[in-house]
Amino acid sequence: MKNKKRLMEKVIHGIFLILGLITVGCVLLITVYLVISGIPAIRKIGVFQFLFGGKWASTAAKPQYGILPFILTSIYGTAGAIVVGVPIGFMTAVYLAKIAPLKVKTVIETAVSLLAGIPSVVYGLVGMMVLVPGIRIAFHIPDGASLFAAIIVLAIMILPSIIKVSLTALEAVPKEYEDASFALGATPIETYFKVSVPAAKSGIAAAVVLGVGRAVGEAMAIMMVAGNAPNMPKLFQSVRFLTTAVASEMSYAADGSLQKQALFSIALVLFLFIMLINAVLNFFLKSHNKEL
Amino acid sequence: MKKIITFAAILSLMLATVVGCGKTDSKTVSTDGSTSMEKVIGALGEAFEENNSGVTFTYNPTGSGSGITAVSEGRCDIGLSSRNLKKEEKAQGLTETVLALDGIAIIVNPENPVNDLDIETIGKIYMGEITNWKDIGGNDQEIVLIGREAGSGTRDGFESITGTEDACKYRQELTSTGDVITTVAGNPAAIGYASLASVNETVKALSVGGIAATEETVKDGSYVVQRLFVLVTKDSTKLSGAAQDFFDYITSPEANEIISSAGEVPINK
Repeated sequence: MKNKKRLMEKVIHGIFLILGLITVGCVLLITVYLVISGIPAIRKIGVFQFLFGGKWASTAAKPQYGILPFILTSIYGTAGAIVVGVPIGFMTAVYLAKIAPLKVKTVIETAVSLLAGIPSVVYGLVGMMVLVPGIRIAFHIPDGASLFAAIIVLAIMILPSIIKVSLTALEAVPKEYEDASFALGATPIETYFKVSVPAAKSGIAAAVVLGVGRAVGEAMAIMMVAGNAPNMPKLFQSVRFLTTAVASEMSYAADGSLQKQALFSIALVLFLFIMLINAVLNFFLKSHNKEL
Repeated sequence: MKKIITFAAILSLMLATVVGCGKTDSKTVSTDGSTSMEKVIGALGEAFEENNSGVTFTYNPTGSGSGITAVSEGRCDIGLSSRNLKKEEKAQGLTETVLALDGIAIIVNPENPVNDLDIETIGKIYMGEITNWKDIGGNDQEIVLIGREAGSGTRDGFESITGTEDACKYRQELTSTGDVITTVAGNPAAIGYASLASVNETVKALSVGGIAATEETVKDGSYVVQRLFVLVTKDSTKLSGAAQDFFDYITSPEANEIISSAGEVPINK
């Protein structure tokens, strides 16, 4: 009987191991596939020409494959979303964690969770129907589909993750810290910003990096509001991101053509980008855990 | 013991789903090529499968060029092209059979007072030589050029007819006909192009050189922004039974209704 039980344990362990390995296998498969299919085009085009070429014309008679506009757009767009989204998200988190009455907090937290659950295509749709014409009218420009529209959409999309992660970090600050600050005669606001926030800073930093990750990887929503012309990024100019560059041309690129291979190369660049962000995120999360 | 049996059952079920797919069928019709023909060839394929049980129809949307290559290399039965074959291609022993005509509508916002443009003007607008609607009888607004992404069949067709290949200064490159229509409907200064079949009342289709885009004007050739949908076959290889049946069916008058309801203009009587 005992042996049977032991055998059972082993079998179950084995099954769980296999299930765990599925995830690892997927990551490995994707990585290997991307590297193998992404390298040939970079070789053919040349690393420098590919990464720093300023013009993308994949179906022209003389095709050009420079992805610098996409890289810069992705960086600017993400940075813009962070500049707009982080202050709002951060202040909301401080308010919810320290100041808000319980009822208000419940309502806002529910709203934030709902925001997190909205599919990105819906963000894109609303952006396309409301935001893009709105920008056109508000700024008196011929067309509202622009980097600016993408930044606004991305900023709203990253709000939930920023609020939630910062909120958790702020709530984890030991009450004694704040009590000590109050005892020294600091006002509540002084206490929150000079004691609570610094104590939670690595968690807040993690929230920002998480937001960056979400913004860099988003494709669907911004494809619908950014215009997708491969221009160098300008605030009110139609632009194309790394993600949308892959998504918009993939369906029509002929198998085995340099165009398709180049799209895989863009995906590889994007993949490395996101890997880097994840590494930074892990770094912050680890140092955060040590502090607590 | 019970648990082991449960696990085994689950595992075998999981395996079954993996293995379960993959059946072989000798009666297939494979087509390969133009993405613009997706709607019409899909509808025809479905109707054919319904009438001939046991026949599998496949369509690989790769683009006209790839479809022609595929049929000449024998990788599919029928190639689909949204342009005529070139001389070199015909010299390789390929034959074209026209399936239908497709009109490309030039669309603007309904608020736009402009109703008619000629083909040269459209070309100039898209190449950025004319940038304001007031120069061509419209309001004082900068023209916003809406187009399709690189590789799109509609873009290909539009650019080759207007002579603007690789020269268009698009403000937006959208990935579907629907997006083009939505965007043009939402911006009074926009101009775009879309397959005639998809145009609805939220946008206004311009007449080109005084000729409105309708099924009749596309058919008699007076509306010039149009292209052919062509079936490509290889002379040296005889079509298989099912493929020949399919070919005969879609080029017969029987298929005209399906072609029309997919928004294209049938030409076979």
